[in-house]
Formats: sequence, structure tokens, C-alpha cells
Amino acid sequence: MSSTSVLGGVVRRREDPALIQGRGRYTDDVKLAGTAHVAFVRSPFAHATVGEIDTSEATAMDGVLAVYTAADVEHLGKLIAQVPVGTLRPLLNNGTVKHVGEAVAMVVAENPYLAKDAADAIMVDYDPLPAVVDLKHSLSDEVKVHDEASNTLISWVGPFGADEDALTELRDGIEAAKQREDTVVIEQEMTNQRLIPVPIEPRSVMADYQAGYDRFDIYSSTQIPSALAGALGKYFGMSLNQVTVKAMEVGGGFGCKLNVYNDEVLVAFASKQLGRPVKWTETRREAANSTIQGRGWIAAAILTGTRDGEILGFELEGIADMGAYSQNFTVAIPFLGLFVGSGQYGFPTYWKMDCVTTHTMTTDAYRGAGRPEAAYYLERIIDMYSREIGMNPADIRRANFISADDFPGAVSPMGFPMDTGDYATNLDAALEMAGWSGLISERDAARAEGRHVGVGLATYVEVCGFGPSGLVDLGFSWAEYQMPSAFNGSSLVRIHPDGSATVSIGTGPSGQGHQTTWAQIVGDGLGMSVDRIRVIHGDTEESPPSVGSFGSRSAAVDGAACFEATQKVRAKAARIAAHLLEASEEDIEFADGAAHVAGAPDSSVAWGDIAACAYQPHRLPEGLEGGLEAHSIFSPGNATWPFGTHIAMVEVDPETGDVDILRYIGMDDCGNVISPMIVDGQIHGGIAQGIGQAMFEDAVYDRDGNLLSASLVDYILPTAADLPSFELSRTVTPTDVNPLGVKGIGEAGTIGSAQTVVNAVVDALEPLGVTHIDMPLRPRRVWQAIQDARS
Amino acid sequence: MYPRQFEYLAPSSLDEALAALDAHPGAKVLAGGMSLLPMMKLRLLSPEVVVDIGRIPGLDGITDHGDSVGIGALVTHAEVAADVLVMRNGAALATAASWTGDRQVRNRGTCCGAMAHADVAADQPVAALALGATFVAASSSGTRAIAAGDFFVDTMMSALAPNEILTEVRIPKTGPGTASAYDKLGRRGGHTDYAVAGVAASVTRSNGSIGGATVALTGVGNKPTLSHAVMDALVGTDGSDAAIEAAAAHATDGVEVLEDLYGSVEYKTHLASVFTARAIKAALNAI
Repeated sequence: MSSTSVLGGVVRRREDPALIQGRGRYTDDVKLAGTAHVAFVRSPFAHATVGEIDTSEATAMDGVLAVYTAADVEHLGKLIAQVPVGTLRPLLNNGTVKHVGEAVAMVVAENPYLAKDAADAIMVDYDPLPAVVDLKHSLSDEVKVHDEASNTLISWVGPFGADEDALTELRDGIEAAKQREDTVVIEQEMTNQRLIPVPIEPRSVMADYQAGYDRFDIYSSTQIPSALAGALGKYFGMSLNQVTVKAMEVGGGFGCKLNVYNDEVLVAFASKQLGRPVKWTETRREAANSTIQGRGWIAAAILTGTRDGEILGFELEGIADMGAYSQNFTVAIPFLGLFVGSGQYGFPTYWKMDCVTTHTMTTDAYRGAGRPEAAYYLERIIDMYSREIGMNPADIRRANFISADDFPGAVSPMGFPMDTGDYATNLDAALEMAGWSGLISERDAARAEGRHVGVGLATYVEVCGFGPSGLVDLGFSWAEYQMPSAFNGSSLVRIHPDGSATVSIGTGPSGQGHQTTWAQIVGDGLGMSVDRIRVIHGDTEESPPSVGSFGSRSAAVDGAACFEATQKVRAKAARIAAHLLEASEEDIEFADGAAHVAGAPDSSVAWGDIAACAYQPHRLPEGLEGGLEAHSIFSPGNATWPFGTHIAMVEVDPETGDVDILRYIGMDDCGNVISPMIVDGQIHGGIAQGIGQAMFEDAVYDRDGNLLSASLVDYILPTAADLPSFELSRTVTPTDVNPLGVKGIGEAGTIGSAQTVVNAVVDALEPLGVTHIDMPLRPRRVWQAIQDARS
Repeated sequence: MYPRQFEYLAPSSLDEALAALDAHPGAKVLAGGMSLLPMMKLRLLSPEVVVDIGRIPGLDGITDHGDSVGIGALVTHAEVAADVLVMRNGAALATAASWTGDRQVRNRGTCCGAMAHADVAADQPVAALALGATFVAASSSGTRAIAAGDFFVDTMMSALAPNEILTEVRIPKTGPGTASAYDKLGRRGGHTDYAVAGVAASVTRSNGSIGGATVALTGVGNKPTLSHAVMDALVGTDGSDAAIEAAAAHATDGVEVLEDLYGSVEYKTHLASVFTARAIKAALNAI
């Protein structure tokens, strides 16, 4: 495992002692005097007209402060979405509910137990209607989710920006290739199943409206505090400086906290109505039914290639499940898949994804958000192709990669300029680390003993840390949240009079280790120990406005802003130090908590003395203002495109279908690395979630729209005990879109792993004639595939 | 997450606890709470009174009764899994206890609680059935012994009356020539989580042939169920792999197999045979 940091410095995560010892502060930990508690009444039906809502018994209960229904909150409008394609969610519904778990009433009571008692006492008259859950069924519009509109909200077609003529030419070209005598055509329909995000900390929000000051303090377990502040300002006609959002520690998000939710608006509404702090923390069952879900695609992949491994065309046509309502990014998620629809390859690619509504909970960003799905289809069908023509899966990929020589300036077949890439070097490093030929001999030896061992390989490219700002004009705006751009990174670095430093960032961690990484960026730039640097995050009052932590963007975008702000502070400090040391500014170097004159080891001045001078303007050199702090906004010229190769070795028990992962190797490339342990941790978590999708997790809805896997008994999450030790290393291909040379790494593990495991399992079962199994590869499904192949 | 209001009683003697059950029909007994509390939090169960037996002396030990091993009402899964007497006389139960829940659950939940809860996919009830355990139930009117075959009645339903407390599970001691084993496929694969299908087998070898066999299935039907067809087919054979596999093919004969999220009828039927063979072989190997 590589331990090289571009910045050097800290090895361990600074935040862990507090988090591990239970001393971190999360939203539900906030106790304010007089807090009232919320429970929601939620629809048990996926599709039903709502008749009378009898709240009389609940209202009369001791300790119940208020019961609100749709009529009370309709004046606020619907739930804001950034990509408002489709029907927006009502804050509370009194018309026709569209999914199980949709909120129809809200109870506020003195404690959460009473609130739940009162919610149970509210009688709602439902008249059930037929539901549509199946994606192909939805596409037919036979049962509509919203009467006024087709179930199909939008169809994303790639290459991006291609006109009809170009698409026709592309498809004709692929068609011609199919007709050639030396080509094979591989086709497979595959499901990329729906998943429930399940952060360890459920969502939680607390609103404290202060009538005397006409302002809100909002505490929320959110990935996007500035956006939430902007949205609430809009709902309640307040300026941004009247709403403070504090996202303290956030115990995992994975994208599901990258939404402004109706419950956040409603809790704020109740606080303002009642003049009391109001809190709501979701239960696991609510989290499953009423917090956004991810994935949910069904698509047919077609690959056309020659018998010697030249791929001549890839086509993907499918349907993506949007759920009932459009929330923050809903229809944009498959578009993120389109970005990497052709992966790291150069072959012609046609891509079409219909986004349809169903009577289920909304889907939105879940770790990877469109990119794991896209990579899955591509890497599975290439694997099938390699089997068909009997070519090594690594060689076939290498032969079709975009060449390292094409950078800079490479443009993917989907029409997107890519920053940097060297895919073959990464692939070869992975093969060498895994001992590929040894793995294959090991597999073959096991097979000779009658065991069912398989080796799977997959490569990926992702796109993250989004920019450029011009994407705002394509609808990726944050204007709905009163933020002019969705792509700015932001950071404020301040040196205190004692020489300690604070870096304030609007983005915050939900496990990504900002306390460590940001301190490293500042510490490296200022030659200062990280112990002297405090990181403030997720507080809209103390930090500059920022977009949030998602899309693997924090380090690549906000981190770059932090780097630039640090450089500004350093430049000013160097002038002060030069003045104090009577040296030339160009000769000033920072290390060990002080400024030094190059070549004169005895000549130095500590940060405390520099800072003291900075806060005494009369001592400063002429032309310098007092104070020592800087704010930077960084807007990247492009997204970053990390990539990697993953390899798995598995063994299947053919009698039971049970899969055992024997080895898992990840060779990722996220450019320069700031904190090796944090990068490895992100990859670990990503792989765990990818394996979770490959083997365990499944949001199962029945035909009536009931979520059958709404508890953690039936929604099976991988635990450490279910996973092998990951063997990780990396190649380093720095990006040129930010000064740190770093690419995002938060989602990469998820994007590379599910197909790696499926490829390995299919390899293990190839001797039995199995060619594909849909995820999750639960034992019953693997066993059934073996039976089907035998019959 | 938020149970309804309930009254919590913590009696200091068994008599007091039994009196409380008489006084409060519908009261539930709390030991480790690993099943009861989640059900209350989900409001699937809302008892008005909970009787916590955790402070009652004398229920927390594993006892050598001479001809049987008694597991008291407060003995945890972890204790059962690690107990030498249980391992020696009922390896199937020790294994089943070691595969129950996760480490936290095993340190808190009780063996008797798992029996009384009678989950259709639980590990320990089926082991108790295969071992021919006896269940000791106390009420204010006295104590009765319930045979394992009578204890498990239906899905999450045991033979315990509402005013009875399961104070002990007794595993008969075994002589040389007898051994037991448990094997299963867990919902997470391997042995982890509830059983998709699991089989406990207790086998006696005498004079080179199978002198006796008790085989019981979990996860496949509405309760732990003896597989009479396997027992009939196995006894008297030489215990060879071929004989075991031939017998195991009949694992679900006469058993109503039920589908769930984790397996179809066909799959569970198949797994029952697979694990019947594996459990019998493991038991024979242990003799």
C-alpha cells in the first residue's frame, strides 16, 4: 500500500478519537430547552386517494402541541428540486399519495413517544389505486404515476450533444460492423438493482426559530448546509443571513443527505409556528421508505467486436427508475452515467436511458450516482465478449483503451473532454500486484480438483469533482438554493494573533476526514504543525458559502480553494517575515512553525511573531494592511477523471450457491494523494458498498409497491466479517485541473467493484455454462443460475 | 423505535415473577431482550407490562444434572457456545449458539429466550429438537417438563402458556458412540445470520452401523421439524457417504416447505438435503 503523500505530514485521521469514543456531536445530540418532537403519518399504500384525515383523537391527547396536514403548509409550495424535471413532491399530501411512506400529516408533541402515539391515533381514509412498480410496465404508460404526464420524464441520449444525423451515422456504423463476417455480437439484458443508502447515522433535523431575532438556527445531518440555508430562506421569505445551518458531525451520507427534504422544511415550519425548537430523527423504517434510494436500472447492453479483440461498437438502452417524485438531482443521475457511458475506451458508443416514474420512493444520488451503473453494464458485456472470443480480459481492455498519448486533449466517445489518464499503466500495475498469471494457475488447479474458483477483472473511469461552471447553463445549477454556482470550491484561512490557524470550509465531512486533509493542506503550505490548525466545517455562519460534500468533490474543488487561500496567506506572511528578518521576500521559506531565510539557518521568525506583527499595522511594511487571512473561491475548468483496475478471486459452493471472496485487489489512480490512509479508507468503504450491491443489498418492492426489505433484518448490509481484506495500491497520474493535482476518490471504489465480483463469479461458474447472473448474487440466485445452465 | 408506554417490573424471585405474570395477563418476559425489544420498538408487540427476569438468582447457570445438562433462563448464547458440557453432549447446540446473531447479540441474548421466541429460521431450537431436549416451564401452579417435539408449535409460537416462564432447557447426556452437529446456510452466506436452511443431526453408531439418528430442519417450514424420512432411511445403514446421501435426499419428505425472501420452495428443499448430509457426516466424524 502506497504511503506517499504529495504533501507529506499526517498519517492518522485526527477526527477519529472523538468519533470512535462517542464524543463527536451529531444533530440528535443537540439538546435545547423546550424542544418539541415530530412524528409523521405516512401512507401505507403506494398509490391511493386520500380521503378524510381524522386528527381529532391525536389533537386531544395530552402533550400533543400540533397536528399539521397539507392544508396548513400548501402555501409554502412544493419541495424544491435543482433539476425540476418531473413532478415535485408536496410537503404533505392530501390528494393522491404516490408511494409507501409518503407523508400525509405531521404531529408535534412534547416527546417522541407521545408524537408516535398521536401519529398512530390519526385515522386516514385511503382508497387504494393500482400501482406501477415494474420499469417496463411504467414505460407503457398503462398506469400513470401522475395523471397529467407520461411516466417517461426524459430520455438521455449519448454521445452528448450529437444531433440526429450524427446519431444515425453512429448507429449505421455499428450496424455495419454487426454485419461483418469477422465480428461477434454479444447482447445481455441486466438489472442494476435499487439500493437503500443506509448511513449509520439516520437523517435528523432540528429547527430553532428565534422569534425575537426573526432568524433560524437549523441543525441538520446534511451534506449540503449552504443549500439548505438557501432553500429555507426561500420558503420563509428570509435572507441568507437570517438562516444558519449547522451540519456538525454527519455519520455517513452516500448522497442520501444531498437533498433538501420536505421534513426539513416542515420541521422549520413547525418551529416557527410554535416558537419552540422542534426536532425530528428518522427511524430506520422511515429511512428505508422516505429517504432517497439509488440505482434501479434495467438495460440491454450490446457489444460488437472482431474475433481478435477490436471492439467496434457498444450500445446500451435501458430504463432508469426515478421513483414517484423528482427531488434534488433525480433525473440527472442517469446523465452522470452517460458521462462515463464509454468508460475509458475509445470505441463508438450509443447510449439511451429512459427515466421513468414508479409508485416508489424517489431515487437520487447514491455513492457513484449513475457511474457505477454505467460501468457495470460496460464491464460486464466486455467480460462476456472476452469469454466469447477466448481472449484474456486484460488484453481485450488494453487493446481498446484511450491511449495515454491522447492526453492532454482526450475527448471521450460520449463527447466529454477528459483531464488525464494512463489506463494501460494502471492495468499492468494491477496485474502485477495480483500476480495475474499465478491467480489463473491457482484457479485452474482448483478447477482440476473439482472446485469452482473464478477470477474477475474490471477497469473503470469515473468523473467527479465536477466543473466547469458552464454546466450551470445545462441545468446543473444551484439557483433554487440561492447559490449561483454548483461548482465553486471555497475556503477561508485565518491566522490568529497567537500564530495558530483556522480554516473554514462550507463543505463538511460525512466520514471523509476533512479535519485531517484540510489541516494538511494548510499545514504544508504554511510550514505549520497540523496541531496548530483548526478546521471548521458545515456551519453556514462561520464558513464561506459552499456547495457541499458529494460527487467526490471536496478535495479536488474545495481543497484546491484551500490551497489557494493558503498561498495567499503565505505570500503575505512572507512579506511580513522578510520585513522582520530584513531579508528578501523570495528567500523566505516556511517550515517547523516558522519562516526561515534560505541559506541562513539561524535567521527565522515564528508564526506567532509574524501574526503578532500582522495585527499591529504600525509595524507592518508600507503598503500592507493589517490582519492575516484570505478567502478563495476555486472553480475548476473541468471535472477530474480518476480510474482504476480491480481484481477479485472467488469460490462458489455449487451445492448451495454460496460465494466466498478469496482475494480482492484494487489498483486505483486518483492523481496526487494528500492523505494515504484517508484515500485507502475511502476505497475500502467504496469497495464494501460495491460488494454490498454485488452480493447482498436489494431494495425489493412487491407488485403493489410495498418495500419488503425495509428493515436491516431483510436489507442485508455487508459487515466487516462478510468481506475479505482488501489489497490496495495505486498509480499516480496527477490531474491538471487543480493546483494540487488531486482527483476525487470518494466514489471510485463503488464504481469499480460490483462488476469485478460478478465477473469473478461468472468465471467460476463458466465450466457449468453460466454466462450471467443478476445482482445481488445471493446464494439462491447463484444456485438457480447453475440449475438453469444445467437444464 | 419508540415503543408504547409499558410498565416495567423487575422481580427478585421466580415466585414474584410468576405472580406478576398471573396478575398481568398479556405481560411479556424480558431476559436478554434481543428479540422482544426490537419488536416493541417497531410496535409489532405492545405489552402493557414487561417482567424482567434478569435479577432473579439461580437462572444464570449451566448445571450438570447427572443425566442431563441444564441451561438456565439467563444463560447467554456466548456461554452456551463456549461451555464444555454443552459441547461434549450437544455439539449441535454449541455450534448453533456460536452462529446466532452477532457478537453483541451473543453476549446479551439468551438460549432460553431464543427457544421461547421460536423464530422459524433460528439456529438453537432445531438443535434442541435434534438433541431431544426437555423444556422446563414454571408457573405459579408448579413446574412441568415439555418434550422438544411438543415445545415448538407454530411460527413464533411455543407451548408455553402466557403465565409460564421457561426456566431451563435440558440436554440429555450422551454416551460414547453418539455425536451431534449443526450446519446451515445463513442469509448472508456462510454461517452468518438467520438460516435460509439449517439442519441439526444427532447420530449414534453401534457395531459399525447407524444405531440411531435424529435429524431436524430449520428455516424451511413454520417451525423446527424432525425429518422422520431421513431417520428411517439412515438407521441400520453402514453410514457410508452413499447411504447418507441417499437418506438425505428424503430430508423434506412429509414436511411443508415455505418460500421466503431468501429461498424458493425448490431451493430450500434442495438445501435441506445438502445440509442434512453435511450435518450427518459431521456428526459421524465427531464420534
